[in-house]
Amino acid sequence: MTDEKIKKVSIVVSRGSLEGVYPGLIMANGARMEGMEANLFFTFFGLYAVLDKYMDNIKIATVGNPAMRVPDAKGFPLPTLLGALPGMSAFATWMMNKTMDKLDIPPVREFIEMISAAGGKLYACKATVDMFDLTMDDFCPEVDKVLTVGEFYEMSAGAQIIFT
Amino acid sequence: MATKNIAGVDVNVNEEGYLTDHSQWTREIGEAIAKEEGIELTESHWKVMEFLQKEVKENGALPTIRRLTKSGVVDTKTLYQLFPDGPMKKASKIAGLEKPASCV
Repeated sequence: MTDEKIKKVSIVVSRGSLEGVYPGLIMANGARMEGMEANLFFTFFGLYAVLDKYMDNIKIATVGNPAMRVPDAKGFPLPTLLGALPGMSAFATWMMNKTMDKLDIPPVREFIEMISAAGGKLYACKATVDMFDLTMDDFCPEVDKVLTVGEFYEMSAGAQIIFT
Repeated sequence: MATKNIAGVDVNVNEEGYLTDHSQWTREIGEAIAKEEGIELTESHWKVMEFLQKEVKENGALPTIRRLTKSGVVDTKTLYQLFPDGPMKKASKIAGLEKPASCV
């Protein structure tokens, strides 16, 4: 007996840091690359990945991340107090963006455009939209719709739901 | 390693049907694999596959989708229309190349 292939995924992006946003984008794009249907649902601070004004400034969290090492992944652990220094997050983000670009992992905006062009669908969470006092005009054009949780579940019928 | 008769020629393939020796590939074999995959090849398909073959020849590795689309050969949307259900996998298979091993 062979296991049934995954045909559809619904990926929830709930965090607004660079390391919070990318896994969901990579998984959604990867799903499309495998021919699966992919829906992305942005909620809470994850919404910043699709907010037109802020999506180009997504940064790594250098505080509260005990696995964070400098200057590279096998370097020294970055003490929380140093991580809090001004410019630290921007610097770490710059370093990581450079590495990602080399691996052809695009910046957030380009990645969102790529997933949308690949047929992936992007949605914003209604509860957060209300809480943050947002309208459709605040989002990048790739966002299809604002969805309630109920609509999200309806849309995810038959899908694997992945929370990131 | 298995052999498979494609377009009247015995070629070496892996368990997923990807050619393991690109030197055995011909356009006729490409046409036959495309037919199996349910894809009718057009000039646009060939442009994509020729780019992939050129990249593998020059760099020893398949390009990422981003590299392919930035080359101007095809845009993302068209690529997914040309090769539905996994564009890089299908294009590589028909072009007689290895299965893509990149996450992006």
